[in-house]
Amino acid sequence: MSIDWYLAVSAIVFSLGALGVMTRRNPLVVLLCLELMLNGANLALIAFSRMWGNGDGQILAIVVMTVAACEVCIGLGMIVALYRRRLPIDVDELRELQG
Amino acid sequence: MSAVLFFIAAIGVIAGAVGVVVMRNPFFSVLALVCHLIFLAVLFLLLRAEFVAAVQVVVYAGAVMVLYVFVVAYVGGEGESIGERLHGVGNRSRPPGGGSALRVGGAAVGGALLVELMIALLGTGLEATGGDGAPYSPGPRTYGTPAFIGKLLLTRFLLAFELASFLLLIAAVGGVVLARRRGGLEEDDDRAALTPLDLLRPRGTGTTAEGVGRMTLGAGDGGGGGGGGVASGYRS
Repeated sequence: MSIDWYLAVSAIVFSLGALGVMTRRNPLVVLLCLELMLNGANLALIAFSRMWGNGDGQILAIVVMTVAACEVCIGLGMIVALYRRRLPIDVDELRELQG
Repeated sequence: MSAVLFFIAAIGVIAGAVGVVVMRNPFFSVLALVCHLIFLAVLFLLLRAEFVAAVQVVVYAGAVMVLYVFVVAYVGGEGESIGERLHGVGNRSRPPGGGSALRVGGAAVGGALLVELMIALLGTGLEATGGDGAPYSPGPRTYGTPAFIGKLLLTRFLLAFELASFLLLIAAVGGVVLARRRGGLEEDDDRAALTPLDLLRPRGTGTTAEGVGRMTLGAGDGGGGGGGGVASGYRS
């Protein structure tokens, strides 16, 4: 299969993730959709890496996975802290920073 | 064979992504994401990225998703579907200014993003993306194998490797601080039992006993050491 097809799949996955981030309001699902966006970017990186035939894109994809793991760690910690303080698990109702 | 495998995996990837977005229950969203990640690993294999595919399955679909499943089981969270979000049905307290129009706008922006990405990636007609990629010959140290990735990580990308490990350390410390129990446990009798080690250890050293609110010396008096003051200050 040519690289084009992989890039198309990656664009679809990234857009679906962005759609989820903008429309869902459960922060857990928002984090999951962020993972989708990172995975779409990863697929594009690895497709480009295959296109060039060197490993730079794969290394960048591994670094993106690391950053995603850090993001999950902090994000889930925040959700657990919200739950412990009896705050609503809902990004629409957590509006204190909006001023 | 490769084309068939590609289409199966691509359909799995996109179906998993749709499942993450539309599932009502967050638990099913997590399961859809696991399915998505496994099919994505198949796509990585088709792109000859063997090591990244293995990492994807073991670390991502294995470890990270287990973390998600734990938090979903712990927090729960009421279900919501994208349909009623888009139509603004079944919301108990709608914030001012944010309505179903915002949701429709979000969907429109998502669609516009897809069109734009498609134009940027495919519509430009770059010749290189039309091909099958660089020539590839199987071997123990060729493109995509663990030896190849390891050599790159420890030579050319050593700085990125070290920075990533440092970032992981920071995230681990941050996760422990965020998820620490701040309220403390119920009063119990064995709280007053002091061991000689407690007298030697200064306050605020971050022990597990302090984390669960079981202060070592004079629990709950609020004064004194910094650790005790911080932990009791968060008591809700």
